[in-house]
Amino acid sequence: MQFFIDNFDILRDAFLTTLSLSLLAGLLALVLGTLLAAMRVSPVAPLRGLATFYVEVFRNTPLTVVFFFIIFGLPQIDFVIDFFPGAVLSVGLYTAAFVCEAVRSGINAVSPGQAEASRALGLTFGQSLREVVLPQAFRTVVPPLGNVLIAMVKNTSIAAGFSVSELSSTLPRLVNANAGDLLFVLLGVVIGYMLITLPAAYAVHRLERKVAILR
Amino acid sequence: MSTPVLFDVPGPRARARARIGTAIGAVLIAALIAFVLIRLAGNGQLDPARWAVLFDPNSGVPQALSKALLKTLQVAAVGMVFATAGGLLLAVGRLSDHRWVRVPVSAFIEFFRAIPLLVVIFALYFVLPKFGVDLSAFAALTGGLVLYNSAVLAEIFRAGILSVDRGQREAAYGIGLRKSQVMTLVLLPQAVRRMLPVLIAQLVVLLKDSSLGFIIGYFELLRQARSLVEFFSRDFGSTYTFQLYVAAALFYIVVNVLLSQLARYAESRTRRSTKTAGTGDVELPADVQMDAGGGEAPPV
Repeated sequence: MQFFIDNFDILRDAFLTTLSLSLLAGLLALVLGTLLAAMRVSPVAPLRGLATFYVEVFRNTPLTVVFFFIIFGLPQIDFVIDFFPGAVLSVGLYTAAFVCEAVRSGINAVSPGQAEASRALGLTFGQSLREVVLPQAFRTVVPPLGNVLIAMVKNTSIAAGFSVSELSSTLPRLVNANAGDLLFVLLGVVIGYMLITLPAAYAVHRLERKVAILR
Repeated sequence: MSTPVLFDVPGPRARARARIGTAIGAVLIAALIAFVLIRLAGNGQLDPARWAVLFDPNSGVPQALSKALLKTLQVAAVGMVFATAGGLLLAVGRLSDHRWVRVPVSAFIEFFRAIPLLVVIFALYFVLPKFGVDLSAFAALTGGLVLYNSAVLAEIFRAGILSVDRGQREAAYGIGLRKSQVMTLVLLPQAVRRMLPVLIAQLVVLLKDSSLGFIIGYFELLRQARSLVEFFSRDFGSTYTFQLYVAAALFYIVVNVLLSQLARYAESRTRRSTKTAGTGDVELPADVQMDAGGGEAPPV
């Protein structure tokens, strides 16, 4: 117990860093991913191609490499970016590809009659997507989308390698400083992640039941 | 819902608008690429002499990088074999009729899916030695990859087994097969075939995650690139830093794309195959699509 009292500050700061990194990157990923999904079903072929290209590239690149190019590559073209915003950008851009795929699968799950009806009413592509298709698509993809975001929380651990002092990065540090309390160190870090992922999983479950469409 | 359902086939005016937009977009993207190239050239990063070191056998760089690639593949291969075997066992365990098997196995799977892979590897490498169990970097890395990925693969196999049509199981029991026979002769063969593309995709993830070895000092690609950077910086400063990292990144991307193509090929074959006709739609656990870790980068 003494261990937690002594190191409360370190663990709390690390936890808050992980949390804010997750929230900011998650927001970026959701917005960008939805835009990409809209591009992938749009009538303009080059937009479809661009979005497909983006998704393919980011799905085949390790997140580490994305980090590399953001944090060490951008300065080569004279954009110096700080470690934390760099981490947000890397995780956000990477996750956006997966969000796009999830949302697109939701769009495909909306019954074609809905889109046909909205076209028959004279809605434009943008209107039918905004008013009719996307609201239904989001409801069906709540579970996969939630899972993508939870996986993203775990992915933020890579920022430890890029000088962001988040939860994982405290592990080697605390292990060396607290040789007697190793299990507590491990427990502290694991609990930190679970404090984010478990409530998130519960919230996703509640949200899913609340907005689910019965077909 | 296929794409064209969302909009009418564009008429001449819409097509003209799309063409103009495309032209403007293309110009913008070309400008962006040109901007990046100019900036890179301005910083001297495109100098051929800087890239030549990657192909010059006298510098030792090609040898070192290909050796590192081998070591990366080594970890990945060992990890893939054990993780697949472990995943199969865990999946069967989770579907067991016996509570005392099902509950601990479920707990194991959920635990390792809930924590980042990096934390598992840290635990094996930094914490176990304090209890007198010394693991090499190779063992800690492979162990972490196996523990984490067998949990994820177990969920994949479970989804596959559950996707096999109920009639298959009932028919198998109907002709008098035992539980283990139903599983090994009827359910698993169909489940594995059905999940082959996802399985390969997850193995790609495992390969990507082997880059985590960097942190604990296993000489895989990233680590090798880093140590080459350190070696060269003694004589040349940071002349070759950017080039070496780009080379390491390219290795990863090429190997990953090759494996992904394999997954796509497997998928197209599975789709045509009649041997998976008895399986329905599958709902996948989502961390299947996303990798769990990555690597660590050195301070520059």
